[in-house]
Amino acid sequence: MANQGLGEAGRMGDQVRSDLHVRIEAQSSGGVKLDLESKVQLYYGDAIRADIEATLERLGVRHASVTVHDYGALPFVIQARLEAAVRQAGLGVGADARPARTVDLLPPSAKKRLRRSRLYLPGDQPKLAVNAGLYESDAIILDLEDSVHPSAKDAARLLVRNELRSVDFGNAERMVRINQLPLGLEDLRAVVPEQPDLILIPKVEDAKQVHEVAKTIDNLRQGGRPIWLMPILESALGIENAFSIATASELVVALTIGVEDYTADLGVAKTLEGSETLWARSRLLNAARAAGLQAIDSVFGDVGDMEGLESWAKRARALGFEGMGCIHPRQVEVIHRAFAPSATEIDKALKIVGAFKQAEAQGLGVVSLGSKMIDPPVVERANRLVAQARQMGLVPEEGEQ
Amino acid sequence: MTTFVKNAAGRRVPSEVNGQSAFAYAGVGMHKPEGRKQAPSVRSASDYPANGDKRVADLETALKKCDLRDGMVISSHHHFRDGDKVAVAALQAAARLGVKDLMWFPSASFPCHTPVIDLMEKGVVHHIEGSMNGALGDYCSTGKMRGLGVLRSHGGRWQAIQDGEVKIDVAIIAAPTADPFGNADGSHGPSACGSLGFALADSIYAEHVIVVTDNLVPFPCIPWQIQGNNVDCVVELPSVGDPAKIVSGTTQITKSPDRLLIAENIARFVRDTGIMRDGFSFQAGAGGIALGFVQFLKTMMREAGVKARFVRGGSTRYLVELLHEGLTDYILDGQTFDLDGVKNLANDPRHVSSSPFTSYNYHGKGNFASMVDVTVLGATEVDLDFNANVNTHSDGRLLHGIGGWQNCLFAGCTVLAVPSFRDRIPVIVDRVTTLTGPGELIDVVATERGIAINPRRKDLLDAVKGSSLPIRTLEEIKNDVEKMCGVPQKPVLTDEPVAVIKWVDGTVIDTVWKVADQPAKSPPR
Repeated sequence: MANQGLGEAGRMGDQVRSDLHVRIEAQSSGGVKLDLESKVQLYYGDAIRADIEATLERLGVRHASVTVHDYGALPFVIQARLEAAVRQAGLGVGADARPARTVDLLPPSAKKRLRRSRLYLPGDQPKLAVNAGLYESDAIILDLEDSVHPSAKDAARLLVRNELRSVDFGNAERMVRINQLPLGLEDLRAVVPEQPDLILIPKVEDAKQVHEVAKTIDNLRQGGRPIWLMPILESALGIENAFSIATASELVVALTIGVEDYTADLGVAKTLEGSETLWARSRLLNAARAAGLQAIDSVFGDVGDMEGLESWAKRARALGFEGMGCIHPRQVEVIHRAFAPSATEIDKALKIVGAFKQAEAQGLGVVSLGSKMIDPPVVERANRLVAQARQMGLVPEEGEQ
Repeated sequence: MTTFVKNAAGRRVPSEVNGQSAFAYAGVGMHKPEGRKQAPSVRSASDYPANGDKRVADLETALKKCDLRDGMVISSHHHFRDGDKVAVAALQAAARLGVKDLMWFPSASFPCHTPVIDLMEKGVVHHIEGSMNGALGDYCSTGKMRGLGVLRSHGGRWQAIQDGEVKIDVAIIAAPTADPFGNADGSHGPSACGSLGFALADSIYAEHVIVVTDNLVPFPCIPWQIQGNNVDCVVELPSVGDPAKIVSGTTQITKSPDRLLIAENIARFVRDTGIMRDGFSFQAGAGGIALGFVQFLKTMMREAGVKARFVRGGSTRYLVELLHEGLTDYILDGQTFDLDGVKNLANDPRHVSSSPFTSYNYHGKGNFASMVDVTVLGATEVDLDFNANVNTHSDGRLLHGIGGWQNCLFAGCTVLAVPSFRDRIPVIVDRVTTLTGPGELIDVVATERGIAINPRRKDLLDAVKGSSLPIRTLEEIKNDVEKMCGVPQKPVLTDEPVAVIKWVDGTVIDTVWKVADQPAKSPPR
C-alpha cells in the first residue's frame, strides 16, 4: 500500500466534527515538522501535539512533514487517523502503535444473553461512537462493511480497533461487523486482539465461511474469552443453507437476515408489511431454533416511522425472533418495548410455572390451572417467557421479592 | 482610572461603567434601589397634529424633529432578528446628520447589524449597550470599542430604563403595521413578527419615539400593542425587514440523538418529580433541545391526562399544537419564533403577547417568570457550584446575549439542558469563564451523561428517589468527560475590561475581559 511516502486519512471541511484530517509526507531528514490547525487549539493544542509526537514515535517515524486539521477529535481518533496516514505512506511497518487501553473490559458476554437491539455505528464516523453506550441498546455494532466507503476501509479498521480500547460502551455487548471475506480476515487481525464480544459475518452463504472466520479468530485469540459469531444471511442460497450455517461452529450464537440484499437477490421490492421476506425469515428462524440459537430480525430502515417500527418489531416477536438491528438510537426503546412480553403474558406464565412447581412438589404427573390441564410444552413456553422477562428486568430474580 | 471591587460572587468588577458609577452584585434579591421611576418630559397634546397624522418624509427628518444630538442614546429592538433593516438605517441617517458619539441601545444585535462597526469606526456610534455576537462581539472582545459593552437581560433592560440607569433620547420602533398616529402592532403585515413586547418600555419612557413601518394602514391600527399617544413621528420605508430572516419558516427539533436524549430525560424528570400535574406551567424556548423537551412532555401529558394552565415562550408551532390540542389553556408569548406562532398570535385569543414588564421586570410588583413551575434553558459553561455562563466562549470571547435567561432562573425549577462537552471542550468546569447566573438559582443540570440536581434542592433529590432517571453529581459527569477529552488548557485572558454583565437588578455580576492575542479559534478551512 506504500504510496511514495505520502499518506492521508480522515475528513476535512466545515461540516466535520469530532474528527480530523491528517496528511503525512515522509522526509529523509529534518525531524518531524507539524503543521496543526485545530478548532480546540486554545484548549488542547499542547495535548494534540504531544499525542501526535508520541504516536509517531511508537510508529518509528522520525522524519516527516505532518499537516493536521482538527475539529475537536478525541485522542483515540487522532491516534487512529495519524496511524492510518502513516501506514498509507508505507511507514511504520511492523510497529504496534495501539494507544493505551483506557476502558476496562466487562466480563465475557453470555451465549444466551439478551440481544433485542443492536445499534449499528458506521465504523468511519467517530462522532457517533463516543456516546453510543448511552442509549442502552443490548449491543453496539462497529460496522466495517456497508457503512464504510471502500477507500476508507483501512482507516476505519484502525478507528474501530481504537474504539474497542478507548470508548466506554456501557453494558452493551460489543460487536464488530467485518467485511466479506477475504477482506474480513484483515479486519479480524485488527480487532480480535481487542476482544470484541461478537463478530457479525456478512453475506454468509455456506458453512465454510463460518469455519474460516472461526479458525482465524482461534489463531488470533489470546486467552479463553469467547468471541461469538452471528452470521448474516443475505441471499437465497444463504437462506437455503441456514441450518448448516447455524451448526457450523460452537461459537455461533444467533442467525440474522439482511433483507435489503435478500430482496435484491430475489429481484423483488421490499415492502412495509414484509410478505416477500416472510418465508426466508421463517426458514432462518426455524433453522436457528433447530440449532438451539437465537434468531434475530433485520433492521427497519425508516427512522422517522416509529409506529411502523413498532408494528414490525411486534410481528417479528410473534414469529419467534428475539431482536432486531437499529440504525438510530431512537429505535432502541421502541424495539425493547415491542420485544417485551406484556403484563398479561407474564402473569399467565408465572401462574403456569407456579402450578407446575406445585404439582411437582406434590408429586402429581398432571399440571392443572383452574379447570384447565396444562401440557408440558405450555409449561416450557411459560418457563422461557419468565426467563426472558427476568432478563429484561420485568420480573424480580428468583428469591427476590 | 477605573477601580475594581470584588462582588458578592467573588468576581472582579469595575466600580464605574461608561462614566456612571455602578453597583457591584450583592447577592440575589439584595440590591433594592430607592427613589422615583424615570419619566419623559411633560407633553401637551396641543403640540401634535389634531388630525393625528404624524407622518414625516424620512428618517433624517424624524431624527431632526426628535432633536437628536451628539452623545445621545438611540434605541432599537430585535423582534425582526437577523432580518432587521431599521436600526442600521436609522444610525446611518444619524451619520448623515453629522451626529457623533451616540450610544446605541438595542434589545439585541444580530449579524445584520455588522455595519454598525463602520459607524463606530467613524465616531457616529460611541459604544453599544446590548447583546453582541459575531463580528460585533469580536469588535468588542478585542477591545476596539470605545466604551464598555453592557449586557443586560430582557428584564434588566426594562429595569435600567425604568430606574433611569439608561435614559433613551430617541427610540426607533420597527413596526410590521402602523397607522399615521403611531399605533403599531407586530402580528400583521408583510413583515409580521409577532409580539413587539421588547419595544414597549422604550415607547413609554423614551424622550422621543419614532415608529417605522412598511405597512401603513389608516387609523386605527387594530390591534395596537404600541400606543400612538407615546409616538412623535411615523416614517414609511419600502421595507423594514427581510421576512425570511424575521421568523424561521418552521422551527426544528434537534435531530441529534444526544440532544434528544437530554430532552427526553428532562421531560421524564418533570413528570417523575410531580412537577407535571394538572394546572402546572412551563417555559421553553426555540432551541433544539427545548423544542424536543416540549414534544416529549406533550406525549407524557397526554398519557397522564394532565393539562397545563399556561406555557411561556418563545412561541413556536410546538406550543401552538399544545394549545390546539387542549393541553394548555394559554400561551404567554414574549417573542414569536416561527410563522405558526405569528399566525396563531394574530388569531387565537388564548395566545397572548407578554412583555419584559409582565414577565421579567425587577422593578415590577412581582413578575411572571417566578410563577412558572419549570423552565428549560441552555448554557455555555456550568461550574461545580451550578454557576453558569451564557455570554462568552471559554476563551472570553462574546458569544450570546443574556436574553431572558437570567430572568427565567427565578422559576420554581430551573433546568439547564447542556451537552457534557462540545467539540472536545468540557461544558462542566471548575470555574465559569464569565458568570451570568448564580448557582443558587440553578436547580438541575441535564446532560446526555446524566442529570445533576443542586444539593440545595433536597425536595427534588427526594422526589427522584426510586425513579429510573440517571441522577448523578456534576463531579461525576465532569470526571467522565475529562477522562475522554483530557483536561483543557486555561485560555489566557487580559486585565483589560471590554464589557460588563448586569444582573437583573442592575448590579454588575461579572466583567468580560479583552481576549489575548492568540491563534484564531475559528475552525480551519
